Amino acid sequence: MLLIELATGFCLMVGAIFLLVGSIGLFRLPDFYMRLHGPTKATTLGLGAILTASIIFFSFRGDGISTKEILIIWFIFLTAPITAHMLSKAALHVRQKPRADTLNQDRLASIRERRQ
Amino acid sequence: MLDTIALAVSAVIGLSLLLNLGRFMIGPHMLDRLIALDTMYINAIALIVILGIFRGSPLYYEGALVIAMLGFVSTTAVCKFILRGDIIE
Amino acid sequence: MRRMNHKPYIPHPFQFLMLFIVWLLLTHRYSLGNMLLAAILAWLVPIAAMAIRAPTTPVRRPLKAISFFWLLLGDIFVSNIVVAKQVLGATERLRPGFIAVPLDMQAALPITLLASTISLTPGTVSIEITEDHQFLYVHALHVESEKEMVDRIKRRYEKPLKEIFQC
Repeated sequence: MLLIELATGFCLMVGAIFLLVGSIGLFRLPDFYMRLHGPTKATTLGLGAILTASIIFFSFRGDGISTKEILIIWFIFLTAPITAHMLSKAALHVRQKPRADTLNQDRLASIRERRQ
Repeated sequence: MLDTIALAVSAVIGLSLLLNLGRFMIGPHMLDRLIALDTMYINAIALIVILGIFRGSPLYYEGALVIAMLGFVSTTAVCKFILRGDIIE
Repeated sequence: MRRMNHKPYIPHPFQFLMLFIVWLLLTHRYSLGNMLLAAILAWLVPIAAMAIRAPTTPVRRPLKAISFFWLLLGDIFVSNIVVAKQVLGATERLRPGFIAVPLDMQAALPITLLASTISLTPGTVSIEITEDHQFLYVHALHVESEKEMVDRIKRRYEKPLKEIFQC
């Protein structure tokens, strides 16, 4: 039983750390395109870890294996890239300025118009 | 022991929610607020799942699923609004 | 989509499997009756929804897809740690940039999967695709060398996807 608690606690802590890293990234990175990186990945993985903890916890309570959290994990990993893409599309549309030292930022106009 | 860990982890997630709220306040663009809100949705799901572990009840799962779906749909809807709604092309 | 060269009794095996699993996960009861109901629904719903489906690219190598999934999972985990270091370190030292990745695929589904993969593996977010499906624009948090990054994406993610879909 102690082993289950340890595994659950470990997954919870890993998840919380990644969620915190994603939120810190969102808070302190300087431009919108960079801020996009924190929430789409670190928080997704963090939530995945926390749901894994939930699976471990509820599977060893005698009510059989708990699988329904897989559905949330699946859904989150499916939708995170779509959200990121929609946000970046909107950012290009309203002409968000990237940081001054961004590589290839002279090509933003052609990216927006989906040219080469 | 797990109760202590769950409480500590909730505190960490509360901290990240505060950071998201800070980004939500300072903006500067509407999109920054939108992405902060989206991250808050994810943190809220995590908080609910941890509450379920803390209480030992699997009933909170449905709430988490509903928030996950609402978060995705609302973020995409606002993006679509920004893309199509307010700019004269 | 009028592709009927599959086994006639399950016209859409992929959708069948997907709906079957999702139904079981949602209801969370694994009795024989519930599985039977899941099978009937998973068989019936794709047939009913056939009219609104867009043409897709069939998966040719399912086993490759499974090994790609594990590669992706490992990459998500390892590179998240790298990005965590970058996010917590000095942001002035980061060199963000937009990169154009030339694509060897044309079909919509493989490109969608590639773009999602790029978005999920930390350090890169796919931003936009050119109208003619020739280039995928990617924003990277830290670019050491543009060419190396493009090579890595092509070698590590595009090649397996091309093999899975045989296109």
